[in-house]
Amino acid sequence: MSSMDRYISNVVKSVPPSGIRKFFDLASQMQGVISLGVGEPDFVTPWHIREACFHALEHGYTMYTSNHGLIELREEIAIYQKRKIGVCYSPEDEILITIGVSEAVDLAMRALVEPGDEVLVPEPSFVCYAPGAMLAHGKAVPVQTFNRDQYRLKPEELEKCITPRSKVLVLAYPSNPTGAIMHEEDLTALLDIIIKNDLIVITDEIYSELTYNGSHVSIASLPGMRDRTVLLNGFSKAYAMTGWRVGYACGHSDIIDAMKKIHQYSIMCASIMGQKAALEALRNGEQEMRKMVESYNYRRRIILAGFDDIGMNCFEPKGAFYCFPSIRCTGMSSEEFCEKLLEEEKVAVVPGNAFGACGEGFVRCCYAANVNHIEEAVSRMGSFLNRHRKY
Amino acid sequence: MGLKRQILNLISHEAKLSPKMIATMLGQEENNIIRAIQQMENDKVILGYNTVINWDKMEGNGVTATIEVKVTPQREVGFNGVAERICRFPEVRSVHLMSGSYDLSVVVEGSNLKEIANFVSHKLSTLDEVQSTVTHFVLKTYKVDNFVFEDAREDERLVISP
Ligand SMILES: Cc1ncc(COP(=O)(O)O)c(C=O)c1O
Repeated sequence: MSSMDRYISNVVKSVPPSGIRKFFDLASQMQGVISLGVGEPDFVTPWHIREACFHALEHGYTMYTSNHGLIELREEIAIYQKRKIGVCYSPEDEILITIGVSEAVDLAMRALVEPGDEVLVPEPSFVCYAPGAMLAHGKAVPVQTFNRDQYRLKPEELEKCITPRSKVLVLAYPSNPTGAIMHEEDLTALLDIIIKNDLIVITDEIYSELTYNGSHVSIASLPGMRDRTVLLNGFSKAYAMTGWRVGYACGHSDIIDAMKKIHQYSIMCASIMGQKAALEALRNGEQEMRKMVESYNYRRRIILAGFDDIGMNCFEPKGAFYCFPSIRCTGMSSEEFCEKLLEEEKVAVVPGNAFGACGEGFVRCCYAANVNHIEEAVSRMGSFLNRHRKY
Repeated sequence: MGLKRQILNLISHEAKLSPKMIATMLGQEENNIIRAIQQMENDKVILGYNTVINWDKMEGNGVTATIEVKVTPQREVGFNGVAERICRFPEVRSVHLMSGSYDLSVVVEGSNLKEIANFVSHKLSTLDEVQSTVTHFVLKTYKVDNFVFEDAREDERLVISP
């Protein structure tokens, strides 16, 4: 077959292939693998939410919604954000319902980035921001964060990466893959740089509810930041609704309007059944959601205690459902470690460098898994370390 | 939430959790957990630890019935006198005083239908305070104490996802 490669746009070609693809292929071919490599809740969507979707279908809710999404849902999101972070957004023109946060990231990048603009992405980070920036003809600029700082973004590191083309800063805390969170003072420390350099912040707060022993603070709630911030959130993680594909963006009406322009032509609207389910989640889902969060917190402590027992160095993650232990004591690269661990112990974890170069030397372990599996996986990692520990 | 309630919430679903595990899950010292459990056992907050069994998977399983019992409450002891008497029968698994159209709900286990029929006609109905009984046999069990009897589906999430 002749290659059609020459027809593919250069922008698309410039985006590197996914860092987990190879490893995914390897792990999914193998039988009997215990996986701490997933990136989603291990709960099924709570029954009352699923039930609300059946109800919607039964009553014939199968049509398009407005491009912005159902107004009831936007109203409920406005109430929710007011309650959670104390910021008011107008349901009419400051909230847009999207196909998950994934679409919202893409829209925000395309709405904000001009060719050559630089998008600052603190790493290790979730995988969609840099490609999102590149596909919008921008340049992704990694900003390093470090284990010694519990992976919080430090102003010094941000400052180092600022250029005249810097336009957008991505914040995504609680963090996938590290489980790091940013406290109010950590965010406040960034404000000067953000304002002085006239940056716009895209904040992906999809794990906001999964904050342990404290509550989430949004940068949008800090002085002078509301209109500079595009706040993204969704239902995938907090309500165990990954398959429903519902998320949203909140921000200044000019930015939301620009995002809507793209959304109306490329997507039209999120599915109405999904939006109805999301509405139920916000209206009546708090209690079940809290139970799920509590259960993640139990497992967070179990896996940390386990790593401690086997002498695996890991800072205490305070959010999301990941931890990011160091594997430096083996002298292996992250990829080598993951491949060997899979081969020898049939445990799947994700190489840290899949989330950016500074994730090298670490692996991501997701504890949204069965407790017995977590314990077994940790114990197998213990035997693995015993065989391969160098330092 | 108090520590005791947190512990109960955990072990009400999984009695086998070790004090060490509970301590880890709650971020507490193991000794605190052992002490709290002992206290609750002494105070009879915790009465015992049962196992949820799907007997349908074993051969030669028995029969269970729920019996609605109407009784005449007695002076001084009200419903308690008769309820306590009913509790003493070893075939009685649980007894509740109910609101609504009958008074006591009695769950009985026996090795076959006849055994339960005998219990109702000879032992239960013959108590002076018992006015009437309605016996319902369990045909199939779907869920008990939070456990669904149908085998759980396997984890169908992608093995690795970002
Ligand atoms: C940080 C982060 N943002 C966004 C997403 C995608 O969310 P959604 O399902 O809303 O598209 C994920 C999923 O793993 C994530 O970890």
